[in-house]
Amino acid sequence: MSVGYQVSSDHQLARLLQIGIVLEEVVEARAYHHHEELDEDALDEEIRALLSHAAEESADHRERLEAVIDRLEVDSVPFEEIEALVEAQYGQTKPEDFDGVLYDQLCNEETAYKFYDDVIEAIEASDAQFSIDREELVATLSAIRDEEAEGVEEVTRIMEERE
Amino acid sequence: MNTADQYVKAIYLLQEMENGPAATGALADMMEVSPASANEMIGKLESRGLAEHEKYKGVTLTDDGIVRARDALQTYCIIERFLSNVLDVEEFRAEARELEPVIDGMIAERLDTIIDRNSECPDCFDPETDACEYLDVCGAEPETETEAAD
Repeated sequence: MSVGYQVSSDHQLARLLQIGIVLEEVVEARAYHHHEELDEDALDEEIRALLSHAAEESADHRERLEAVIDRLEVDSVPFEEIEALVEAQYGQTKPEDFDGVLYDQLCNEETAYKFYDDVIEAIEASDAQFSIDREELVATLSAIRDEEAEGVEEVTRIMEERE
Repeated sequence: MNTADQYVKAIYLLQEMENGPAATGALADMMEVSPASANEMIGKLESRGLAEHEKYKGVTLTDDGIVRARDALQTYCIIERFLSNVLDVEEFRAEARELEPVIDGMIAERLDTIIDRNSECPDCFDPETDACEYLDVCGAEPETETEAAD
């Protein structure tokens, strides 16, 4: 991230959180389609549990982000349209396009972690007044970021055990 | 995208527009910083082997700088296209500039999975309009995603 970047308004904050929602949608959709379309032999119980947990966690993160946006003074955003768009994209993806379920999952978790970390840093660097309490906002995003960090550790552990 | 990447992208676009070295003043204007700040960053880019500065002529990217600039421009195109096509943001250019510092290549790569980007990207970026030429910036009908992908 650029040094000194700051989130300066409710609008900008909402836009960043929208991007977070899309990233979560992507994680959820990829995990779901890995789970549904890959052949039984390719997915053992441990990976199934990982994908299932990833999809549930992303849905939960998305809802938490949506709840924050609802409290900001911004126009509503078309969540359903985003969901439909992401689903349409992954609905067309063939199983063979998924190159390495675990690697893909690791990228998802790392990307989300980096994103939330940058957003938190940009909020903390800002003096702007948001229509949501800053401490509560940072606490919510930090909790989500920490869960992404746990996800990175979990996927890394499974990958190392399988080397 | 970090500050150095934003600078190499700006130098790349200025070089395209000028068909020659990027003037320090023009770079400072584009980055909305003072000429002194621009000069300081040019020095850093030179020390990293990304640019060369010639007095009275301006700054030119090295081959490594060009590769880095094109990656940064691609990230920027993804942000613009994502804002315009997925989130229906009319002022996508202004918002892309605001968001550029916080969206790095890794995040853009994920966003890229749900947009249809032209295979010639980032060559489709028009520095004069500060937008991908396939995006609607002047009120004209935008090209459809299918056409853009062809």
